Amino acid sequence: MNTAAGSPVPKMTARNVNVFYGQKQAIKDVSIDVSREHVTAFIGPSGCGKSTFLRCLNRMNDTVDGARVEGRIELDGQDIYASVMDVVQLRARVGMVFQKPNPFPKSIYENVAYGPRLHGLARSRADMDEIVESALRRAGLWDEVKDRLGESGTAMSGGQQQRLCIARAIAVDPEVILMDEPCSALDPIATARIEELIDELRGRYAIVIVTHNMQQAARVSQKTAFFHLGTLVEYDDTSAIFTNPKATRTKDYITGRYG
Amino acid sequence: MASMSDSRPPKAERQPTDWTTAAMQRRIAARYRGERNFRRLGAAALVIAAGFLAFLLFTIVRDGASGFLRTEARIDVTFDATTLGVDPAAIAGPNGKAVLARADYPGLLLKAAEQLGPAEGTLSDAAWLDLRAALLADPSLLGKRATLWVPVRSQIDLLAKGKYDLAAPADSRGVSDREVANWRWLDSRGLLRTGFNSAFLTGADSTEPELAGIGGAALGSLLTVLVTIAIAFPLGVLSAVWLEEFAPRGRIADIIELSINNLAAVPSIIFGLLGLAFFLNFAGMPRSAPLVGGITLALMIMPVIVIASRVAIKAVPPSIRDAALGIGASPIQVVFHHVLPLALPGIMTGTIIGVARALGETAPLLLIGMRAFVTDVPQGFTQPATVLPMQVFLWSDDVQRGFVEKTSAAIIVLLVVLIAMNSLAIYLRNRFERRW
Repeated sequence: MNTAAGSPVPKMTARNVNVFYGQKQAIKDVSIDVSREHVTAFIGPSGCGKSTFLRCLNRMNDTVDGARVEGRIELDGQDIYASVMDVVQLRARVGMVFQKPNPFPKSIYENVAYGPRLHGLARSRADMDEIVESALRRAGLWDEVKDRLGESGTAMSGGQQQRLCIARAIAVDPEVILMDEPCSALDPIATARIEELIDELRGRYAIVIVTHNMQQAARVSQKTAFFHLGTLVEYDDTSAIFTNPKATRTKDYITGRYG
Repeated sequence: MASMSDSRPPKAERQPTDWTTAAMQRRIAARYRGERNFRRLGAAALVIAAGFLAFLLFTIVRDGASGFLRTEARIDVTFDATTLGVDPAAIAGPNGKAVLARADYPGLLLKAAEQLGPAEGTLSDAAWLDLRAALLADPSLLGKRATLWVPVRSQIDLLAKGKYDLAAPADSRGVSDREVANWRWLDSRGLLRTGFNSAFLTGADSTEPELAGIGGAALGSLLTVLVTIAIAFPLGVLSAVWLEEFAPRGRIADIIELSINNLAAVPSIIFGLLGLAFFLNFAGMPRSAPLVGGITLALMIMPVIVIASRVAIKAVPPSIRDAALGIGASPIQVVFHHVLPLALPGIMTGTIIGVARALGETAPLLLIGMRAFVTDVPQGFTQPATVLPMQVFLWSDDVQRGFVEKTSAAIIVLLVVLIAMNSLAIYLRNRFERRW
C-alpha cells in the first residue's frame, strides 16, 4: 500500500505495525507517515482500531495488560519502541489529549505547571509563570482564567477543561500532540472553539486527531486516514478522501452506508 | 408481534384496562399496606437496635460514673521528725530530699489515724503516699501540723457513694456491720468528702480498688498502637499500591487477593498464637511488652488496611493516571503525585478503623502475656505493660466489689477513645472527600 503521498519530511513514521491484545489482533499491518505541517485525522467506525493505533504513537498502550506492539514506529527517525528510548521523555515529546477532559483536581496553575515541573523546564518561579501564561495563551484560555489561576481545574466548564488539558500538554513543548476524540464530550460551541484552536496550533506541532465525526475531520485536517477492522484502508489528502475516495469501503463509510 | 400471531391462533381483542374495578382497587390498597408494613418493620428494627445501645450505655454510665470519684477522709497530721525517724540536721544537708523521701510515713500515718478513734483502720494502705507527697512538696511542714485529705478503703468509699443496700440483712449485703459503723462515725463528724479521682486517670493498676488507675493501661495502649501504626500503615499502604498499580494480573494476584481477604477474617486469637510462637519463643522478644503486642496487632489489622487502601486507590479515576502518564510522569510519580494524595482520605479512614479495632482487642494480647498485673506506668516499648481492654478484663475478673465501678469506668474511657477515633475517621472522610 502506498503511504503518505507527497508528504515532506515526516515527523513520525509507522511501518508494518501490528497490535495484539492477548490473542486478539487489533491493528493489522499499518504503515503511515505523519508530518509536522498538517493536521492528520484518523476516522473510521467504532472499534476499527484508530484509538489503539494513536495510543501506540506515545506508547500509552504499555499500560494496558497483555498489549503487544510489533513493527516499527519512529519519531524523527528514532525507534520509539527501542530499549534505549525513554518512555517518559517520549511522552513529553509526544503529548496527548484524551476523550474526556481530565484535569487534575488541583488549581488551574498547577495543572499547567505540573509537566514543566516534572521535566525541570522552568529555571525560576518567574520562568514558570511565563511558561504557564504562554501555554494558556496558546490554548486560548488565558483571558478567561488569568484572574482565577488558583481555582480548581475541575470547577470549569467541559470545554474550558479540555482547553486546559491542551494547555497542559503544550506546556512541556511537545513536538507531536495526539488527540483522542477531544470533542466527543463537548457541546457544539465548545467543539467549535477546540477546532479553532487546533487550526491555530497547526504548523507548530504535528497534530493527530482521532474523530468519529466526519465533518470535524473535513474541517480541521489536511490529511485523513480511514481505518476499518484494524487495517488502514486509505490515507490521503482530506479533500481527496472526501470528494474522491479510491476504496469502496471509504466511499461507503463517508456516504453513510455504515459506521 | 406479527411473527407471534403467525404461530398462534388469533386472540380476541383485549379490553382496555379498567383502572376503577374493585379488584384493581384492592390490589392498590394491598400495595400501600405492604409498603406501610415494611416501613414499620424497618422502624421497629431500628428502635430495637437503638434500645440495646441505649441500655448498654445507660448501664455502663450508671455503674461507671462513680468510678471517677473517690472518697477521702480528713486527718490532721503533725510532721514530727521523731515519728518519721529522720534527723532534722540531715534534712538541711545536701541529701535532704532523699532523706525525706525515705522517712517512715506509714508510721506517721498510723499515729495520725489514731485521731479517727474507732474508725482508725479505715484509711487506705497507701494513704501514706499522700503524706510523703505533701512533705516533699513543702519541706517546711516538718515539725508543723497540717490538715490533709487522704483516700479511705474501698468499702468505706462504696458506703459513702451509697453502693450498698443498708436495709438488707448483714450476711447478704456484702459489707460488715463494723464497716458500716465506721462509715457512720466518720460521716456524722463531717470527716469524709467525695471528689474527682485524678489518680484514676493517671495511676496504674493496684490490688486496692481505691488506688487502681487506668493511666498505666492507657499509656500501654498508646505505646502498643504506635507500634501497630508504624508497622501496619506503611506495609499495608505499600502492599495495596503494589497490588493495584504494579502487580501483573493473573492467577498469582488472585491468590494473593484471596489470602488477604481470608486473613482479614482470621480470628484474632490465632494472631496471638502466632505472636507467642514466633516473637516470644523463636525471636526471644520480651514478654508483656507493647513492642510485641504492637507487632502482633499490626499483623492483625494489616489486611484491613490493605483492603481499605485498595478500594480507595481503585476509586481514583483512571483518567487521572492517563493524564499524568500522558505528559511524561513515571509510574512512581503517578502514584505519589496523584493516586496516593487522592486516595489518602479513604486510606486514613480504613487505617483509623483498623487501629480502633486494634485498640479494642484483647484475645491476641492474652497469649503474649499482656495480661500481667503491672503496677507501674510503662516506661518504654519493651517494659511490661497492659492495655485498656485488658484492664477492663482484669478488673471484671476481680472479686472485690470496688472493682465493679472501676471496670465500668475503664469501659467509659475506652469507649470515649474509640468514639473519638471514629469521629476523626468520619471527619477526615467528609473533609477531604473529592468528587469527579
